[in-house]
Amino acid sequence: MTTLPHSTTKKLGLVIDLDTCVGCQACVTACKGWNDQGYGAPLSDQDPYGAAPSGTFLNRVHSYQITPEDAAPIIVNMPRSCLHCDDAPCVTVCPTGASYKRTEDGIVLVNEDACIGCGLCAWACPYGARELDAAAGVMKKCTLCVDRIYNENLPEQDREPACVRTCPTGARHFGDFADPQSHVSRLSAERGGMALMPELGTKPVNRYLPPRKKDVMQASPLAPLLDIQASGFAGWLDKMLGKIG
Amino acid sequence: MNPAPSVILFTTLSGLGFGLLAFLSAGLVEVHGLHAFFFWAAGYALAVGGLLLSTFHLGNPQRALLAFSQWRSSWLSREAVAAVATLLWLAPVALSQWLGFDWPPFWGLVGAILCAATIFTTSMIYAQLKTVPRWNTWITPVMFQSFALAGGAILAGQKPVALVALAALAVVQALVWRIGDGRFAQLGASIGTATGLGSIGTVRVFEQPHTSPNYLMREMIHVVGRKHAQKLRIITLLFAVVLPLMLLVLAPGGPTALLCAAALHLLGAITSRWLFFAQAEHVVGLYYGAR
Repeated sequence: MTTLPHSTTKKLGLVIDLDTCVGCQACVTACKGWNDQGYGAPLSDQDPYGAAPSGTFLNRVHSYQITPEDAAPIIVNMPRSCLHCDDAPCVTVCPTGASYKRTEDGIVLVNEDACIGCGLCAWACPYGARELDAAAGVMKKCTLCVDRIYNENLPEQDREPACVRTCPTGARHFGDFADPQSHVSRLSAERGGMALMPELGTKPVNRYLPPRKKDVMQASPLAPLLDIQASGFAGWLDKMLGKIG
Repeated sequence: MNPAPSVILFTTLSGLGFGLLAFLSAGLVEVHGLHAFFFWAAGYALAVGGLLLSTFHLGNPQRALLAFSQWRSSWLSREAVAAVATLLWLAPVALSQWLGFDWPPFWGLVGAILCAATIFTTSMIYAQLKTVPRWNTWITPVMFQSFALAGGAILAGQKPVALVALAALAVVQALVWRIGDGRFAQLGASIGTATGLGSIGTVRVFEQPHTSPNYLMREMIHVVGRKHAQKLRIITLLFAVVLPLMLLVLAPGGPTALLCAAALHLLGAITSRWLFFAQAEHVVGLYYGAR
């Protein structure tokens, strides 16, 4: 049934640190690489080496320029993927029951064998987390690497989503938000983790850490020394040339 | 939103079909024998044809039967269930009018209500979406009902009802545009709330995440044709309301005039529905700095 569970035992999700993300796109590549070979239909590309390449991705990295009122603009890179919402509108709109939220860990998944590819769940998602695969005709979305995180065939350090595992700057963190003492819960609490577009009422699980406040550039302690008053011959020359001007 | 022809034709044709079926089912049209057969056949053809067209929108239509399963949560599933249930419920009414046996009139009245309910479920597929503020308002279901009522009345040859319904449709359609134009601003979503970064300063796109359009952009950030919106609104009112109204008033009654009026009205309805999609802006566009 595509009704939502009242509550989930765990709330697995990601914390994405916008302060540390450098926009290298490694998470995009790792995600595409892993999800091309495991869970469900592979993420297809159309015309990948041609003039108009296009393809299915579960994670996209945007770059924004933010101009504060009283400081220089800053660049923020922002990975965008499924936020595994508590009140996921993509689940309830699904006519076939393909789209569902797991009671045990809160992961939102698509049963591709039941997906008719109507696209309504992608319309219902404010975050653009779902893309219809043009080759398979089924809806693809972030699975939180459900086939990695519980996979006992993998070494323990690999049992986290591919995007988190690969991130070279440690900007991505994976954990359980239902546990207030978990790494992600504490990180989010300490750094003021944000929910995206809260006005849509989706109650996203994933949190984004805002960029830390930048230091304000101080005047150099050597600055007074730079204002050199010329004296002697140079001082006389300076005065004379000033008069001519 | 991408104005896909399959979805535009599905909503307009099935709306018109269920509108006609409602009039027939309520017993408002005096038809018997072969005459009744043609009326009912037209209603069924429009409704079923529209529903079949909607399957062209699917990535895996062979699994369409599964869409009947989630009626407890999904408006799209309710639409499928309501449409089929209504068409089955109406069958004995159609047969009794065609073959001339008695069937209790209340059955037909319930059938007419079921037709309205089906049109309501169709409209709620769109009206439920908070992500598309233009659709997410009470006027959307009213608009779908108004089109079905006016179109159905014309096709059923119900002149007085059609005249009133067309006039009402003009008012509703104007309201749809008036309310719709302000909905995105009312929602309050912006690139600042979409990224969560609006509290720091003014946010603008520095670099796009990909260099060619993806599914999201093709499906939800469709901007083609918006610049002609004003002209298309006038064309909508002209074809959906003014021309059919003039034909009904001025032309002598008869099937030719009615069919012409219905055809003109349908053209107007299709234009309106095209605008309904083309002008609708999805909040995901905020991430791309485009709507």
